[in-house]
Amino acid sequence: MTTPEFKKHWISLGIGLVWFFILLWPLLGIKPEGLEIAKTFTVWWRIAAGCAAILIIYQLNKLGVFNFFTKPACKATVSARDAAAKVPVWLWAIVGFICMALIPQYFGRYVQDVTINVMIYICLGLGLNVVIGMAGMLDLGYIAFYGIGAYTYALLSINYGISFWLSLPVSAFTACILALIIGYTSTKMRGDYLAIVTLGFGEIVRLVLNNWMSLTNGPNGILGIKAPGIYWFDFGNGMSLEHIWLKKLGLLYYVALVLVIFTILAVHRLQYSRIGRAWEAIREDETAAEVMGIPTFQTKVLAYCAGSVFGGLAGAFFAARMRFVSPESFTFMESAMVLAMVVLGGMGSIPGVILGAIALIVLPEAFRDFELYRMLVFGGVMVVMMIFRPQGFWPQKRKVSSKGD
Amino acid sequence: MEYFFQQLINGVTLGGIYALIALGYTMVYGIIQLINFAHGEFFAAGGYVGVIFMSYLAAQGAPIWLCLGGSLLLTMCYCAMLAMAVEKVAYKPLRNSSRLSVLLSALGMSIFLQNGLMLTQGVYDKAYPSELTSGGFEFGTVMLSYMQIFIFCITAFLLVALNTLVFKTRIGKAMRSTAQDKIMSALVGINSNRIISLTFAIGAGLAAAAGIMVGLYYGSVRYDMGFVPGIKAFAAAVLGGIGNITGAMIGGFIIGMVEIFAAGYISGEYKDVFAFIILIAVLYFRPTGIMGENIDDTRV
Repeated sequence: MTTPEFKKHWISLGIGLVWFFILLWPLLGIKPEGLEIAKTFTVWWRIAAGCAAILIIYQLNKLGVFNFFTKPACKATVSARDAAAKVPVWLWAIVGFICMALIPQYFGRYVQDVTINVMIYICLGLGLNVVIGMAGMLDLGYIAFYGIGAYTYALLSINYGISFWLSLPVSAFTACILALIIGYTSTKMRGDYLAIVTLGFGEIVRLVLNNWMSLTNGPNGILGIKAPGIYWFDFGNGMSLEHIWLKKLGLLYYVALVLVIFTILAVHRLQYSRIGRAWEAIREDETAAEVMGIPTFQTKVLAYCAGSVFGGLAGAFFAARMRFVSPESFTFMESAMVLAMVVLGGMGSIPGVILGAIALIVLPEAFRDFELYRMLVFGGVMVVMMIFRPQGFWPQKRKVSSKGD
Repeated sequence: MEYFFQQLINGVTLGGIYALIALGYTMVYGIIQLINFAHGEFFAAGGYVGVIFMSYLAAQGAPIWLCLGGSLLLTMCYCAMLAMAVEKVAYKPLRNSSRLSVLLSALGMSIFLQNGLMLTQGVYDKAYPSELTSGGFEFGTVMLSYMQIFIFCITAFLLVALNTLVFKTRIGKAMRSTAQDKIMSALVGINSNRIISLTFAIGAGLAAAAGIMVGLYYGSVRYDMGFVPGIKAFAAAVLGGIGNITGAMIGGFIIGMVEIFAAGYISGEYKDVFAFIILIAVLYFRPTGIMGENIDDTRV
């Protein structure tokens, strides 16, 4: 890097910061009582200092000042990755599973609560991953399926007292039917149009949930949904079967775990099946895929339905866990959140999506004090990621099998 | 019948506002084929900054025309600057990457701006100075408020001004040629980056004017008010044929009318649904819109 380039960076940073100050000042400084500048300035200089520090580090890095540190670190990560790759995947999966299964034994309510949240979002993320990551259709109304799943279980439980386990497939099925309707009308479109139409569908579903008072109780939501129940041995007097409600969080945790494992396995199997290959072909080049004999329309609708099933399952579990549903939980922001998990983690990659879900749920918990800034940071990160690393943290790797599958 | 006329007046007012927002979508789409998700946020920012300037000017004892006009002008400039900054940060580095990345970047920017507004202005509604919005003409039971006249005049003025700019001036010519073919227009000496910036600025300026007028019309603004009008305006742009300026104006008026009449005669709760249904129906049956020409599929 040359000196003029350095200079150019600083000049653009300077212009940017001045511009930012002008934009910030009316929002913070202009009051009916008068114009004040101190408050804006305190906010501004912190951001300015932060940006300048980042630029200095960036330039020093370009100059190679950090080589003594980054080179060995790079080598270490590469060798660690190689070592990790030697351990078979199933071993990792088993270790992960055991760790997950032990969490309720060793941690308190708070950790379990967060983990359950993460697991719900993993299901959602993986479901959306089928639609956007594999089939390449940008769906901004995914949360509608989650909502439909949740409401299906809520209504079945309240009105007919049907158990959770029976409602689970029904919820998935209702979500699937909705997906069929949406998919059938919208897969004719591509790209941006599809995004905006699915967004419209998501909003329509939310508005219907919000306004169909006689069925959904409108904005007040539905209370008193039953928790899942199981039969378990009761050793009180002899041995008999007893029905218990899974009201304890520790037990619900295992239901979520089963759901997540089911989702991961199912999505994995889908990805490496013929249909998954077809989806990926459509994602890469729809016209070429069609020429190769893939029925693109049906395959895309199928992707929609397959993705929505996981949304419906997650929704039913969500309703069972909160024992309360209201349209508030199914807004566009939730859709954007799930989308961000898929995108930040790495589209099309299962570990990536899991990583994204963990990052987006756990990090805000860790930085509770900055709760207010959560969505701000999250929007900013989305932009920055798209600029610097559009493929996500853990991008999908094409697995080339020598056996020829 | 009087009810009908009342609804007609309200529909035209709202339609004008939607038309102003829709123009921004349509212009940006016409020039870089991007749905600018952050556009609704420019509208919301316009509403907020408008109320800030207006209460300041009113508190300084400025006359009412200065309050309205001055804050309108300042807000439009503010949002134009905001849009240029957004374009520079979130869209320009992605000019040559995949469409999905740009769309997601736009989505991220929209979330960022919305939360920025929330953090600086609070989560509660902010009220416009109410003394500006009172009064009006009455014809029997039909009410035409001064505010509606003001909104209608400003909308008409902005629409005419934009039409003149785009179809009569050199800048407009450069914009149209960049929209048609960026490379060719760059060869004849048009700075396409500057034209894109300008397009964003103009679109955001119009959205800001719409934001102020919505604030005046309903009396208050909210940090998340950009989302639904943004989608409706997008529906208007699509209805008119996206990329087509006249189409966006017509589409805006149609969507406004449909919303008001659906709310008046069918159901108030579901009024938002109708705009979405129009959007979906138009995209399904006639993706090119009313005024649009056929666009080729390949650029998707």
